[in-house]
Amino acid sequence: MSYIRPKFQHPLLPKNTLGYNRKDYEGTISTLCAGCGHDSISAAIVDACFELNIEPHRVAKMSGIGCSSKTPAYFLSNSHGFNSVHGRMPSVTTGANLANRSMVYLGVSGDGDTASIGMGQFVHVMRRNLNMTYIVMNNGCYGLTKGQDSATADKGSVSKAGQVNSFEGIDLCALAIELGATFVAQSFSGDKQQLVPLIKAAMAHSGFSFINVISPCVTFNNNQGSTKSYDYVREHNETLSRLDFVPVGTEITAKYDQNEVTEVEMHDGSLISLHKLGNDWDPENKLSIITALHKARDKNEILTGMLYLDRESVELNELLNTTPVPLNQLTEQQLCPGNEVLQGMNAELR
Amino acid sequence: MSRINDFVVRFANVNGTGSASANYLFSKAIFRMGVPVSAKNIFPSNIQGLPTWYEVRVSEKGYLGRREGVDLMVCVNPQSMKRDIASVKSGGYFLYDSTKKLHEEFYREDIHFIGVPLMDICNREFTDPRQKQLFKNIVYVGALARLLNLDTEIIKGLFEDQFQGKEKLIAPNMKALELGVDFITQHYSYPLDFRVEPRDLVGDAIFIDGNSAAGLGAVYGGATVVSWYPITPSTSLVSAFEEYAKKLRIDPVSGKNNFSIVQAEDELAAIGMAIGANWNGARAFTATSGPGVSLMSEFLGLAYYAEIPVVLVDVQRSGPSTGMPTRTQQSDYLLAAYASHGDTKHVLLIPSTPKECFDMMADAFDYAELLQTPVIMMTDLDLGMNDHMSEPFDWDDTRKYNRGKVLSAEDLESIQSWGRYRDVDGDGIPYRTLPGTHPTKGSYFTRGSSHDENAAYSEDSATYVRIMDRLKKKLQTATTKIPVPVAYQESNTSATGMIFFGTSRFAAEEAIDILRLQGIAIDAIRLRSFPFQQEVLQFIDEHDTIYVIEQNRDAQMRALLINELEVNPKKMKKVLNYDGFPITADLILQQMQEHQFQPLN
Repeated sequence: MSYIRPKFQHPLLPKNTLGYNRKDYEGTISTLCAGCGHDSISAAIVDACFELNIEPHRVAKMSGIGCSSKTPAYFLSNSHGFNSVHGRMPSVTTGANLANRSMVYLGVSGDGDTASIGMGQFVHVMRRNLNMTYIVMNNGCYGLTKGQDSATADKGSVSKAGQVNSFEGIDLCALAIELGATFVAQSFSGDKQQLVPLIKAAMAHSGFSFINVISPCVTFNNNQGSTKSYDYVREHNETLSRLDFVPVGTEITAKYDQNEVTEVEMHDGSLISLHKLGNDWDPENKLSIITALHKARDKNEILTGMLYLDRESVELNELLNTTPVPLNQLTEQQLCPGNEVLQGMNAELR
Repeated sequence: MSRINDFVVRFANVNGTGSASANYLFSKAIFRMGVPVSAKNIFPSNIQGLPTWYEVRVSEKGYLGRREGVDLMVCVNPQSMKRDIASVKSGGYFLYDSTKKLHEEFYREDIHFIGVPLMDICNREFTDPRQKQLFKNIVYVGALARLLNLDTEIIKGLFEDQFQGKEKLIAPNMKALELGVDFITQHYSYPLDFRVEPRDLVGDAIFIDGNSAAGLGAVYGGATVVSWYPITPSTSLVSAFEEYAKKLRIDPVSGKNNFSIVQAEDELAAIGMAIGANWNGARAFTATSGPGVSLMSEFLGLAYYAEIPVVLVDVQRSGPSTGMPTRTQQSDYLLAAYASHGDTKHVLLIPSTPKECFDMMADAFDYAELLQTPVIMMTDLDLGMNDHMSEPFDWDDTRKYNRGKVLSAEDLESIQSWGRYRDVDGDGIPYRTLPGTHPTKGSYFTRGSSHDENAAYSEDSATYVRIMDRLKKKLQTATTKIPVPVAYQESNTSATGMIFFGTSRFAAEEAIDILRLQGIAIDAIRLRSFPFQQEVLQFIDEHDTIYVIEQNRDAQMRALLINELEVNPKKMKKVLNYDGFPITADLILQQMQEHQFQPLN
């Protein structure tokens, strides 16, 4: 069951420039376990969309199957949502995007939905650079079937039952960078301050934006020895960058040492200002970030923040030379060539 | 009996040697002479170097099905020569490349051998190595033209059509053709006892393959998003869509595409994309064959239960598993009718000609949107990949696409309350909304999990049953929208009936004709869709014996008829062909005899 939130709201709730307040971006009440990391991510999505001034109905929420894929019910009630089949959210989103390129596509998925059953579609949606934001709520286990290890569980991580995972864990960020994602970030569900601007920047990016969010499973994978527990992630979180998202038409207020700040203008005119916290990587150099990820893994660190950005990104519809008019809005006149043309074809076939 | 315009020619080639266009030239020339012709490619699952055949049946009576027995074999493939010689009918002809002498043991006393030194002629007359190879094919067409009385002016006209913009290729092709004509003139008596005489029997028919027709139908039907994964024999359908769309769907002002085609990573993604696009209000389809439908099954169940329109074409080939990928069959009916786990049922359209491929493909989008469910067009390799003589295409310019029950922003403003899965009209078809329509109304959560009338998650048993029963009602409504069977008699003439569908029709119609010529009456209907209408049940009820003719081992359509209509299995007789070749009238008549067919007049 999804519980409906009370409609009552304080009349003085602050509104964004479109006249919506934060509640307009909320969903039904979550039925996930109390303390689930996913609920924090849902809240971050609500904040990001509110602050981004997106009209809620211009967003399509896409998901597959699993605990994470249930969350679209818990944010953006005024948006259409599509809870598809396990591991296949990318293909459904691809079709939806081709049908109407003017909307904002937000996909959420889990580590099982992405790194196991959905690995094929995940890989291919990235190499096509579909214009969408893809958030993985990564807890290293299958929550909905009671805690089996997933493919992102780190080697050596200990399960609730005390078993040590003997298989290599898949690093989704490294994979995304390798396979053509044009925006890659990593974060932690417990760090909303970091996560909200990342989601905003991801949604403003034209192309495939990937955010891997470590999101602990309080019920099945929050034990001692787990590398996806709240305690472990807090202790091993190594923030690589801080990102400020500056919406269209807003003054830049944050001040950094210019040598350490990269400013990038996004497709819609907004700006991201990236504050590097280390000097041995460059967010626009794949090799440097892959190296940084490997080094961090050797030190048992989890790198978070904005990792990679391709500012030359060309998204799928542009690659296909598709008309800027959403295909689902083309008129019958534009679609059907008519009988005269057909009779000409008949003549050629005689 | 006259052998004019009544014979079978088979070509034995090596694939990848350019024989296909020469063989097409041969069939098309006969078609242009006004004589009904049907052509079948019998090809290997291979690109180069293996034996491939092309079989042309010429029929004054207009029989377009395959016929056993080769009257004239044109063999330019030493690999298959022995069995090619064996396949010629007694009294028939064997035309071969006599550049190399035929083995003594290959000779048969009861057939005629016509040696034409194809390679010698080409080596002598042409210098370019590619031309030496390609023109061997044209030389044998020239030889056939002389032997069978083909009109070389018509062939010249075909060259002119083929080489528009490359006119300098016409002269060497004509030269090769004349070389073949001249060789026969000088060395053999001609024409043969069977041959072509011009007629006016094809009317305004066109000559095209079903996949091209379906691709064009999708353009006319307003498809904008096409996702697909390559698989024989459906690949050429999407290629045709792309070719037509590039001609007919480029925005004249911007030069941009008014369509998107994505080659997916597999069939699961292909159907997923088509479903996502339809969910978002575009007309989208994918095309595949049996193995693809197996993979798409989970998604088909989602589209059925979440009520999302989607169009799928299944160009059937021989299964199971990889089966014989380049041979035809009608063996995906049970799979397609009930694809996916749980209680599901899908609308199937069953074309039998290129014209029907065009019409049904265009109509499929209307049916899918009207019914908010998957619609699967069931063609097969024979229809999809072979050129067929067909009624011409036609489009009613006053026609409007039927987009089904989709609520606009204004509709949402004006109605009091709305629920995605409410049966407002009592026909089982709910109203849907498209993403992005209205800022505060009409949004809902599409899901494959159980849901109530307002699309909210529900595990309530009564709600679940209500929704499932409504879906059943919706598929019942479907039977009033989709094409009814075609009857072959105004009123019943016999206690015996035949049921057939798709490409089995050609052989079945021929069988009916043969029986009727013998004074034996038999009634028949041709199915064009599933779920079955009342008319089908009525036809079965009105006959004591029904022969169900189909191209699979397990009598799948018969199983569907028995399962859906609860008719007595005993009266439903199987007539089955499943060797991968198109069914023949002879096989139908023979199997009917084996069933102790005793027609009652």
